[in-house]
Amino acid sequence: MSDSVLLFLVVVLGASVTLVPISARLGLGSVIGYLTAGLIIGPQGLGLIKNPEEVLHLAEFGVVLLLFLIGLELNPKRLWSLRQSIFGLGLLQVLLTSALISGSLILIGWDWRMAMVAGMGLSMSSTAIAMQLIEEQGLRSHPAGQKGFAVLLFQDLAVIPILISVSFLGTKVSEGTETSMATQIVSSLLAIGGIVVVGRYLTRPVFRWITGARVRELSVAFSLLIVFGISFLMYSVGLSMALGAFLAGVILAESEYRHELEANIEPFKGLLLGLFFLAVGMGVQINLIVDRPLELFGYLFGFLLLKISILYGLGIIFRMDKRHILLFAFLLSQGGEFAFVLFGQALQASAIDQDAAALLNGVVTLSMLTTPLFLIAYQKLLAFRQEAEGRAADTIEEEGHSVIIAGFGRMGQIVARLLNLGGFKSTVIDHNPEHIDRVRRFGYKAYYGDASQMGILEAAGIKHIKLLVITIDHQETVNRLVEEVQRLYPHVLIAARARDRVHAYQLMDKGVRHFERETFGSALNLGQTALRLMGIPSFQALRTAQRFRNYDLDLIEKLYPLHKDESQVISQTREARDQLERLFVQDAVTLEEDEHKGWG
Amino acid sequence: MDKVNSILVILAHPARSRSRVNSCMREAVENLAGLTFVDLYEEYPEFLIDVKREQTRLLEHQLLVFQHPFYWYSSPPLLKEWLDVVLEAGFAYGEGGTKLRGLDFLQVISTGAPAEAYQAQGYHGFTVDELLRPFQATARLCGWNYHEPILVQGARALDESYLQQRAKLYRETLMKYLSEGSLALKGSAIHRS
Repeated sequence: MSDSVLLFLVVVLGASVTLVPISARLGLGSVIGYLTAGLIIGPQGLGLIKNPEEVLHLAEFGVVLLLFLIGLELNPKRLWSLRQSIFGLGLLQVLLTSALISGSLILIGWDWRMAMVAGMGLSMSSTAIAMQLIEEQGLRSHPAGQKGFAVLLFQDLAVIPILISVSFLGTKVSEGTETSMATQIVSSLLAIGGIVVVGRYLTRPVFRWITGARVRELSVAFSLLIVFGISFLMYSVGLSMALGAFLAGVILAESEYRHELEANIEPFKGLLLGLFFLAVGMGVQINLIVDRPLELFGYLFGFLLLKISILYGLGIIFRMDKRHILLFAFLLSQGGEFAFVLFGQALQASAIDQDAAALLNGVVTLSMLTTPLFLIAYQKLLAFRQEAEGRAADTIEEEGHSVIIAGFGRMGQIVARLLNLGGFKSTVIDHNPEHIDRVRRFGYKAYYGDASQMGILEAAGIKHIKLLVITIDHQETVNRLVEEVQRLYPHVLIAARARDRVHAYQLMDKGVRHFERETFGSALNLGQTALRLMGIPSFQALRTAQRFRNYDLDLIEKLYPLHKDESQVISQTREARDQLERLFVQDAVTLEEDEHKGWG
Repeated sequence: MDKVNSILVILAHPARSRSRVNSCMREAVENLAGLTFVDLYEEYPEFLIDVKREQTRLLEHQLLVFQHPFYWYSSPPLLKEWLDVVLEAGFAYGEGGTKLRGLDFLQVISTGAPAEAYQAQGYHGFTVDELLRPFQATARLCGWNYHEPILVQGARALDESYLQQRAKLYRETLMKYLSEGSLALKGSAIHRS
């Protein structure tokens, strides 16, 4: 191996490993980390890597793999249930944003071709960043998170027509093909047809052939071959490789090898995508920021303003709850990784020039940095709002509710109903307005809001209650809430939902003794059913489950000291894995025998 | 009046996979036509008895059989729970509680110790009949026709031919009831009117 390649690998991997964890810890996600790493090691920074374009070519496969995986995930039923959001909200978002941005750019003197490319590129948001933030903040079932996801989904679909139109906007013709339009169309159709044939008819037999050989890595090799083969095919007829990969993914989405493919491709996608962002970072023109800061920030400001306003307006039109629209707008406000791809393609096709590409890439990169900052600002704003609301609500009389339930999802609802049967009306807090509206009719006092904000809890009367039941499904929020309540209202009894064993230990660390692991009860019941279905008598199955439950609860206590030793040192996933190993060892020691010694 | 002479057998055994005697006895009768066989621990492992359902069952049959091992001179606890919740006032006894009057009642009990142990001078100090007083009192209060129990004794050290003979007796007794409506057991008194 030549030492330049070696050096390259060391530099790239070293930079990633150093910088990405930092940005992840700061809550900025991994994309920023890669971009920054690229910036530092690229020609604009330390100059350790001299030729970012080559790296970009290689890394483009990251995007190809990403689109392949997206195609694989496309579930027609899922799409259908979200159709209003996707094809209504999503479509309008892309159209309006593209149109308004292009229009504004033309007004300030841009060439119409470049303006269109810019408009379309900037209308896209970053699936990577937005989805990551949605996960991190526990917004997956939150209306803002769901609508955001639907729009991102549409944007993914829109990528294909946009990529196609970009190549038509270009004045340069792709290398290696005939210049006639007709030939182009025919060869494109043939290529697409080829993909369909391969996907539908060849993959299954080849997979069978391979799995028959029982050589594990061949499956991975074949998966990569599919993607690269199709990319090559598309490249040679002048179409976008990413498009081909996406198509292949969609065709294979229904195949029984889908999960196999996903599992094989995923690790490569992660690394190559990281490399992609790295390469983009290397291409960022620092001199732009240095030479023309006003211009750059001017464009950035204008872009964000336009995009956020459009998103906000759409939120209103689609009758989203007022409290969620701003969050939704912030989540999608940034430019996305597809913009880089698009601008790269556009540059190659000569639809835009170097200068514009550099500027636009710069705007997109900076916009990515702003999103986490927007979200922090939003949290502060929300907290401030709750305070204000809280004060107003204080004047309402309390009706002597002695229980507050934080979170009114699947767990909260059952807890509330049980308490009701016991004669206790609870005060309920949830951040989904639909849950709240329904339950107000039955005499429950229900509040919108983030149950982890003290303002809301105070408005709900936490000073006077006996018991707080926390059923929120976001681990960090639960922990935070427990800490706050213990600090300010130590007299309140707390019963909390724990995500798993390790989370249970974290709660025990805080002195919470009453917790329930969210899937434990259901798993026990399911296991009990499994025993019965296998022929074990009902009563015996029940007792086995009950004994197992006691044994497991016992183990939680016994293994707790180990948690105290480990929690400082290792990650939660690692700790969970170690715990599981210990459990299997313990289980091997037989549980007590059935107490019915039974003669008779 | 041509009534069907149907039988409801309630088995109470918490560890069916270990029960040699009761399993054998069960197999002897559970497939008889006109006989409903209920394995209480199988149906209600959580001790949450569906009272209405059980009451309906009682009304639909003419002979009630309790089959169980003689745990501590009584039945396994789930059968006691059944008695406690199913035989409600106003249904089985008390004011207006005449729904089960005339029901034939039979016990089929397995004991660990042999017959000799159940004597005044024996190991257990009482006869089985004496120890069954609570069940007899229950039958009396509810207006049931109490019959002498079928016993399978010495279950701990059982010989196969004795067990088979008992099982045969059980089966023939029930079959006779199904066709003729009477039990005609040794010492059994009242026929159904």
